[in-house]
Amino acid sequence: MTINEPDLTVDIGGLELQNPVMPASGAFGEGMDQVIDFNLLGAVVPKSITKFPRGGNPTPRVCETYGGMINSIGIQSKGIEHYLNETLPYYRKYQVPLISSISAESVEEFVEMAETIEAVPNVAALELNISCPNLKDNGLAFGMDEDITYELVRKVRGVTNKPILTKLTPNVTNIQKIALAAENAGADALVVANTLLSMAIDIDTWKPKIGNVMGGLSGPAVKPIIVRQIYQVHEVSRLPIIGCGGVMTADDAIEMLLAGATAVQVGTANFVTPTAMIDMIDGIRKYMKAHDLKRIDDIVGKVVLTNQKKVES
Amino acid sequence: MKAYDLKLLSNRQVSARYWHMVVDASAVEDNVQPGQFFNIRCGNTYSPLLRRPFSIYRINKNTLEFLYLVKGEGTKKLTELEKGETINLFGPLGVPFSLEKEDQTILLLARGVGIATLAALAQEANEMGIKTVAILSARTRDDLLATEALHSFGAEVYKVTEEEGTSDVENVRQILHRILDTHLINRLFTCGSKRLSVLLQGIGKERGIPGQIALEEHMGCGMGVCYACVCDIQRSGAKHSVKVCQDGPVFSLEEVVLA
Repeated sequence: MTINEPDLTVDIGGLELQNPVMPASGAFGEGMDQVIDFNLLGAVVPKSITKFPRGGNPTPRVCETYGGMINSIGIQSKGIEHYLNETLPYYRKYQVPLISSISAESVEEFVEMAETIEAVPNVAALELNISCPNLKDNGLAFGMDEDITYELVRKVRGVTNKPILTKLTPNVTNIQKIALAAENAGADALVVANTLLSMAIDIDTWKPKIGNVMGGLSGPAVKPIIVRQIYQVHEVSRLPIIGCGGVMTADDAIEMLLAGATAVQVGTANFVTPTAMIDMIDGIRKYMKAHDLKRIDDIVGKVVLTNQKKVES
Repeated sequence: MKAYDLKLLSNRQVSARYWHMVVDASAVEDNVQPGQFFNIRCGNTYSPLLRRPFSIYRINKNTLEFLYLVKGEGTKKLTELEKGETINLFGPLGVPFSLEKEDQTILLLARGVGIATLAALAQEANEMGIKTVAILSARTRDDLLATEALHSFGAEVYKVTEEEGTSDVENVRQILHRILDTHLINRLFTCGSKRLSVLLQGIGKERGIPGQIALEEHMGCGMGVCYACVCDIQRSGAKHSVKVCQDGPVFSLEEVVLA
């Protein structure tokens, strides 16, 4: 590294990353190894894993909306056995940290899966996907309730020494309260956030455009909401934040850093531009050079609020 | 697979609903095969956001041709691009059709835009010295676009349309039986219609002729990571979920669940 090269490394609750860009679970996978070099990423995050194999939801599972897309995949999964025997060994050839995203139907199942993964050496951290809309429960998710969030994170904390990233849902009245519940329960970082519960209807057929009726909105359309939530969480929590929702370019990532994120997850952008994450890392580096910024920390939470009335939380 | 910025050599309307696009593919490193597709960005803005999957109509030495139906926002936007502009194509993606050297005659059953997908196969069959018999189905005679191309590949072509009242499944069934009674068909191929695929699947089973089908589905990523475009296949007595973009779009006609 030459003296003028900015330092892109970040610390996510004890997890050292070479740069702040990683994929969002569900929008990244082995098939992308032909398009980008995974070793250039901050981390890799394979698709959320469930304990048992799951078939997923009826099609259509995605639909496009203005500046965004709705998805309801239903966490189609081959189960944790397949994950341990096939998915994790595949990623061993990469040097970047692997974050295991886990999704479960009960607190007990989260704990059980965290315990299983605790024993796997090449998993650098756990991401608790407490925010995927559980459509069976009318869109309610674990992460919509402070007490359940606390209980879930607390119990997982009890069985793992790996850093815990708690992926919050944006579909809440007060994200600060949920963030604090996760922090108080022992989370090491917060992912803010996930897709926004949404719906679209075809006016020719009068049917919902998603097989499962409702789904999660992602893409550029949601970014301002996520930037706001990052800002709000950063106001009350000491934990590092990973911004997730509508990051398409380096500019979007920098905006999230200014709001208080330490890193970003990239989802929908990978579908539009398969090299989006690599382009983003280059773009952040260029921005830092142009603005003479030495470290990512020089940007994190540095939104300038002078002359603007701060909204009391 | 790779995302390429390719130059548009031509993009013109060829019938009421269809457009034909030619791109300079000299930069494409991979070997492009019939049945594969490219995931194409229809413009440079975030609306439409997602790429659209397009099967390849004709594969030439330095160019690729696409025949597309103008259906929604993406394809509408695509028609606005002009010769000389660049367009971003990601691919080639997916599993192609497979022909065997010993095949002598193949049968294609195509409907609508599926005709474009199978035309590429007829081109390859012709190059391999395999004869093609094709049944083309469309709403109107105007929509039977690749007829001339198929003729140029030496194909024997049967045409049915709604306009002429000949495209009902019963009539197609009779045509199929007539062809199969008079030709020794080694392999069946279909694309573009569920009803016709169900018909061909049944006839293939009855007569013990293997087949392949190219499926269409709404896609997210096009590279097997998002699980948006799934379907079921029946294999070894059990149903398996497969990804149309990565495990397909070409599947064994016997195995695919068309329910």
